[in-house]
Amino acid sequence: MAIRVITEKCVGCKLCIPTCAQGAISFVDKKAVIDVIKCNYCGACIDACKKFKAILIEIDRKVSDQDLSLYKGIWVYAEQRNGEMASVVYELLGEGRKLAEQLGEELSAVLLGDGVTCQAEDLIQHGADNVYVVDNPKLKDFQDDTYAMAMAELCEEYKPNIVLTGATAIGRSFIPKVAVILETGLTADCTQLGIDDYTKLLLQTRPAFGGNLMATITCTNFRPQMSTVRHKVFKKASKDVSRKGKIFTKVLADDLLKSRTKLIEFVKEMESTVNLSEADIIVSGGRGLGEAKNFALVRELAELINGAVGASRAAVDAGWIPYSHQVGQTGKTVCPKLYIACGISGSIQHMAGMQSSETIIAINKDPNAPIFEIATYGIVGDLFEVIPAMISAIKNR
Amino acid sequence: MNIVVSIKQVPGTTKVAINPATNTLIRAGVEAIINPFDMYAIEEAIRLREKFGGKVTCITMGPPQAEEALKSAIAMGADEGILVSDRAFAGSDTLATSYTLAMGIKKLGQFDIILTGKQAMDGDTAQVGPGIAQWLDIPFIAWVKKIEDVKKDAKTIRVERMMDDGYEVLEGPLPILLSVVKEINEPRTESLRGKMKAKSFKATVYSAKDIEADPDFIGLRGSPTIVNRVFVPVRSGKKELVEGATVEEKVSKVVASLRESKLVN
Ligand SMILES: Cc1cc2nc3c(=O)[nH]c(=O)nc-3n(C[C@H](O)[C@H](O)[C@H](O)COP(=O)(O)OP(=O)(O)OC[C@H]3O[C@@H](n4cnc5c(N)ncnc54)[C@H](O)[C@@H]3O)c2cc1C
Ligand SMILES: Cc1cc2nc3c(=O)[nH]c(=O)nc-3n(C[C@H](O)[C@H](O)[C@H](O)COP(=O)(O)OP(=O)(O)OC[C@H]3O[C@@H](n4cnc5c(N)ncnc54)[C@H](O)[C@@H]3O)c2cc1C
Ligand code: SF4
Ligand code: SF4
Repeated sequence: MAIRVITEKCVGCKLCIPTCAQGAISFVDKKAVIDVIKCNYCGACIDACKKFKAILIEIDRKVSDQDLSLYKGIWVYAEQRNGEMASVVYELLGEGRKLAEQLGEELSAVLLGDGVTCQAEDLIQHGADNVYVVDNPKLKDFQDDTYAMAMAELCEEYKPNIVLTGATAIGRSFIPKVAVILETGLTADCTQLGIDDYTKLLLQTRPAFGGNLMATITCTNFRPQMSTVRHKVFKKASKDVSRKGKIFTKVLADDLLKSRTKLIEFVKEMESTVNLSEADIIVSGGRGLGEAKNFALVRELAELINGAVGASRAAVDAGWIPYSHQVGQTGKTVCPKLYIACGISGSIQHMAGMQSSETIIAINKDPNAPIFEIATYGIVGDLFEVIPAMISAIKNR
Repeated sequence: MNIVVSIKQVPGTTKVAINPATNTLIRAGVEAIINPFDMYAIEEAIRLREKFGGKVTCITMGPPQAEEALKSAIAMGADEGILVSDRAFAGSDTLATSYTLAMGIKKLGQFDIILTGKQAMDGDTAQVGPGIAQWLDIPFIAWVKKIEDVKKDAKTIRVERMMDDGYEVLEGPLPILLSVVKEINEPRTESLRGKMKAKSFKATVYSAKDIEADPDFIGLRGSPTIVNRVFVPVRSGKKELVEGATVEEKVSKVVASLRESKLVN
């Protein structure tokens, strides 16, 4: 899609300028100029310039042969492994409910696995109007082939308008295949969702370039509109045991559920500490700690407030702490309720992994450290004084 | 064994520019590098060749300048480089990109293993790898942190897939597509011999016609996702430094607010 002013036709009447809610139109050399970064293609200026037809939106897009009006409802993929529901599912149900209300459509969950039917009720209690279940021994382990096939089958049969999946190791692996089977668009790793008032399209906003750029993406001409969604950005749906909903059990032909890959074994590799990406509280240490043994200070604070331990890449590269603790563009992306950065300067790459944390405390002796720009509370000071002071303040209440 | 590595050229800086006409990114003028995650894929391919013999072919879709990425791959030790390039590919989203690369790989012919990086540093979607596998209808395993074993004759492979809480050992048949994570190896630097070879290297160029691409599936036209708006996230810019004469005073203010919001007891 592209928008432009045909300079030869523009008479410089300025009629278009006030109609643009985005402030995208400016005036250069007596002609209108559109800043396409600001423009959201609402078309208001085109109406304003009906007389001169100087503004043009060009679209060279394939148009779908689907009847888009047949696609209804918001679907949430209810990711579970060995019977354990991923926490992002409840967040998606919470957000999905809002979208459903805005569109006046139903919210449904999709449950794939072996012996999972019993979990459908829980999804209904968290807001699903319907649950589509494929319960089959062939779906016991997650495999891309079988899960993608089952999901695509359901989409083809029931025609959802929107499909939301957690941006987890599993979701980001098999959903792209589903999008290819359905020949529709997929927006990765969204941190914001909304419905356009006018077009009713799903507005999917996501970070790219390691968080330096945000993009709002729509899937205008194809259905379903699919996104993977980052965890911990939306509020969990609350549970209401009195909620009622429908459960649809779908039996799929055996030859659809053939996996070419197979699971030999699963090796659990978690440290005794809390899983970083799931943690509500994270205390991270950076180069400012000076040496490996000083991580004890960070650990002590973390333990005291039931937090997990994170680190900057500088600390990981120095060998003070294993890579699995690294937060940032090339490490884990985290969005805890509380993130405490100790002796971390706040490089773009580090902030890309933690800037959506709810509350950020930065401890740094340099008042100009960039980390202070995103901190809720910035404490300028020597961490070797600040952390012990914090520990004793929390202990002595 | 024929190994294909799909590599992407990305801007070496995080500075970004946007093309006003198409709302896509401008790549020219910025120093370009091989997507860092793809270096691990190239390294793993070379190791497989060293063990089992065969050939490493790197393929990239991009503008003519993307040949530079292939040159660096040759300097590292890859045998061949294919540049899939055509104006008609401009503006591709991941559906169109994966279709185009799949068609390019098809034209290439025989392959046993296709490797991709975990994700690209710019687009960041991690969707192209699984996409290519689906278009080619071959098995796919994401987040591979180790190739344990390849049985050349039985045509099977055993790998470790990284999950959020550990790893899975998986087995699958060849041909297969794997996306690799940085734990898999330590990429080598360019060798002197490689650099010599890279000097005279000319990439084989595939156009849209060469790969027999359906015009409805490539470029902006074949891309269902539409980037409506690109913006630089606003950082508050203002600093909320906690005031206080002593460390204890500052800390007690913060801890009090944390207690208030029930973040600590
Ligand atoms: C492609 C790429 C990917 C990257 N990915 C990541 C990533 O995923 N995660 C990541 O973290 N980094 C990443 N980096 C590295 C990043 O650019 C920074 O180099 C790194 O984050 C710096 O870590 P740091 O803040 O601990 O160290 P520094 O930048 O050296 O900061 C140390 C800070 O500690 C403060 N300090 C020192 N002593 C004290 C004290 N006694 N008390 C209080 N404060 C003190 C200093 O004022 C300083 O601000 C990446 C880089 C590149 C190029
Ligand atoms: C700000 C922004 C946001 C975007 N968001 C989306 C989105 O949500 N959904 C969407 O469909 N498109 C999106 N796009 C378009 C997308 O970036 C392009 O389609 C891009 O060509 C491929 O996606 P990627 O960079 O995310 O690669 P990834 O899928 O992250 O790359 C994974 C691996 O695939 C291989 N690979 C990727 N591209 C190439 C290539 N050109 N040549 C050879 N190998 C390659 C590499 O091995 C790489 O490591 C976005 C673009 C921008 C600028
Ligand atoms: S309304 Fe049309 S003619 Fe008038 S300034 Fe805007 S583009 Fe030009
Ligand atoms: S299309 Fe809408 S947002 Fe874009 S320039 Fe015109 S009025 Fe402004």
